[in-house]
Amino acid sequence: MYKYDQYDQAMVDARVAEFRDQVRRRVEGRITEDQFKPLRLQNGLYLQLHAYMLRVAVPYGTLSSAQMHALADIADKYDRGYGHFTTRQNIQYNWIKLEDTPDILADLAKVEMHAIQTSGNCIRNISSDHYAGATADELIDPRPYAELLRQWSSFHPEFLALPRKFKICVIASEADRAAMKLHDIGIRIVKNDSGEIGAAFYVGGGMGRTPMIAPCINPFVPLDQLVTYCEACLRVYNRYGRRDNKYKARIKILVHELGAAEYTRQVEEEFAHLLTQDIEPPLAELERISTYFASPAFETGLSDDIDRSDPDFALWVDTNTVPHKAPGYVSAVISLKPAGGIPGDASAEQMHLIADLTKQYSFDECRVTHTQNIVLPHVKKADLHALWTSLEAAGLGAANLDRIGDIIACPGLDYCSLANARSIPVAQKISERLSPRSAELGELKVKISGCINACGHHHAGHIGVLGVDKKGVENYQLLLGGSEADDTSLGKITGPGFDEAGIVDAVEKATEVYLAQRTDGERFLDTYRRIGINPFKEALYG
Amino acid sequence: MKIVTGNDLKTGAVTWWTGSDWSIHVDDAVDAGDQAETIAAREEAARNVNSPYVIEAVTDADGKVRPAHIKDRIRALGPTVRPDLTLKPADPTAGNWVI
Ligand code: HEM
Ligand code: SF4
Repeated sequence: MYKYDQYDQAMVDARVAEFRDQVRRRVEGRITEDQFKPLRLQNGLYLQLHAYMLRVAVPYGTLSSAQMHALADIADKYDRGYGHFTTRQNIQYNWIKLEDTPDILADLAKVEMHAIQTSGNCIRNISSDHYAGATADELIDPRPYAELLRQWSSFHPEFLALPRKFKICVIASEADRAAMKLHDIGIRIVKNDSGEIGAAFYVGGGMGRTPMIAPCINPFVPLDQLVTYCEACLRVYNRYGRRDNKYKARIKILVHELGAAEYTRQVEEEFAHLLTQDIEPPLAELERISTYFASPAFETGLSDDIDRSDPDFALWVDTNTVPHKAPGYVSAVISLKPAGGIPGDASAEQMHLIADLTKQYSFDECRVTHTQNIVLPHVKKADLHALWTSLEAAGLGAANLDRIGDIIACPGLDYCSLANARSIPVAQKISERLSPRSAELGELKVKISGCINACGHHHAGHIGVLGVDKKGVENYQLLLGGSEADDTSLGKITGPGFDEAGIVDAVEKATEVYLAQRTDGERFLDTYRRIGINPFKEALYG
Repeated sequence: MKIVTGNDLKTGAVTWWTGSDWSIHVDDAVDAGDQAETIAAREEAARNVNSPYVIEAVTDADGKVRPAHIKDRIRALGPTVRPDLTLKPADPTAGNWVI
């Protein structure tokens, strides 16, 4: 894992001291809320429905055991005993007190964490593949590149007041497990025909009220020009992004309005200029960073056998573990989606347990996934039964990865002040009703947002649910056919919305159409793509 | 009926204007009538409340003041999915009027 150097630590410590002073002045009444709000937001502190909410960045989703323990301690000491893992691989606390915040940030700084750039119109936490460094299908570990970009984008003075927020994702495999094409910049590390490693740039994707899939604007940027190319992409956006209209201010609108070809032309022009300015950090810096992401010392000669005599355990192994690059190992996914539970929530005790298991079984590393689960990336097959036994005992053993119960849900109207409708109860009811049919339904990704901002990725769900406000009453639209994987697509709205009970019935009906129409081996999404939306509409609206 | 709500500056807790002070219990809220905006501005300036705003409210059958919109009803109670974290964790009926 990356270790802060003295500069990283000094910057974060200085920021804590600065915020402590700002909070003091706010509490003493020396600054107004209007003056204070941008300052607190720069430190991840929002005012939400019931209290302050603190969003803590988890760079590319990677955490050590000590960091996970620290997150659990914060939940215990300063919040109400739990945290919420988000689709941006971060964690949010819902019950934070203003006066505690400087102490929380100081506790985070001790484990090399912070909440900087988790809000506001800046470059946000950089996300990545949650199996990075573990999966056999990657070209190379993408995280050193994500870390390089984190360092470049942290406090970058030119990009702290962009037209709108900016989200970057870096992956290094054909398989997309990070919704790469739905980011402002999606980067895929690739190899060209001459065997050199570089980066393909996808720019102008996003969700929110105007979802867009990012077009590839450059299939190969040499690695020693990665930062310069990012800078060029940002500069063109910073100059021409629609500051006049918040709803048109994301880069996706600029790329769409200019056209990808014209945007690319402008980026290339800026890039040519920037190359003369020599802004790229030396490759030695990338190499220095890369040493922190070296593979752990995997044991060799391990057996691939797993004792499957316990059927519950065998089911969990089949559903929640994925192949690893090292023989005898797997990546194990800890589901934060018990049937009927709140997606993404973990109690302090559960976080402490995950931290212990991280240390014991996964070379001191775990990952937060954008689907609101936790991954132990490097687990010996021989340890799986012991791991599962501990998880089961703590309510973390649900065997439902990418199944109907593995629902993404944003906080919605239970916590979020922007929400139109609650998301969590809908997720709970769908999970309760349909989890018993999980095996029969196979891979089926349900994603729920409580408003058009799409924090719950509803556009990208095989089945998506969007909460809307219908004359003061919660109402839910159903979307079908979205995906955020390699075959990224945007879901289509089926028709008029439903009330809370109705949307659960509607989701069930959609699954029945699938079961009736599927051919061998087809997932829900495959069937939908083959037969189209009409059979579903007929079943829903008759 | 118009009531005034905001958050406590230090704790972030949801608060309601009672006619003389701020309470975390919506039952204490009073009709501020056409003085609502003035009260909000004065109380914010005096730092008794953070980010106050005026909302519509109704009186229910028992004469209790209830925010008209679901968002403020949920603010008054707490998260509907965690009764244990609401203001009345011991009362299973506490949320009945919210949804
Ligand atoms: C509760 C406080 C939150 C607030 C106020 C908030 C606000 C927003 C807003 C305004 C947008 C739309 C931005 C745009 O379209 O320009 C957005 C997008 C998004 N948020 Fe949130 N959000 C919150 C929580 C979350 C949570 C909990 C997650 C993860 C579960 C999340 C992940 C995202 C994602 C993935 C997007 C869409 C991607 C994109 O930016 O296009 N947010 N959020
Ligand atoms: S999608 Fe809407 S309701 Fe859900 S967290 Fe985002 S802003 Fe809040």
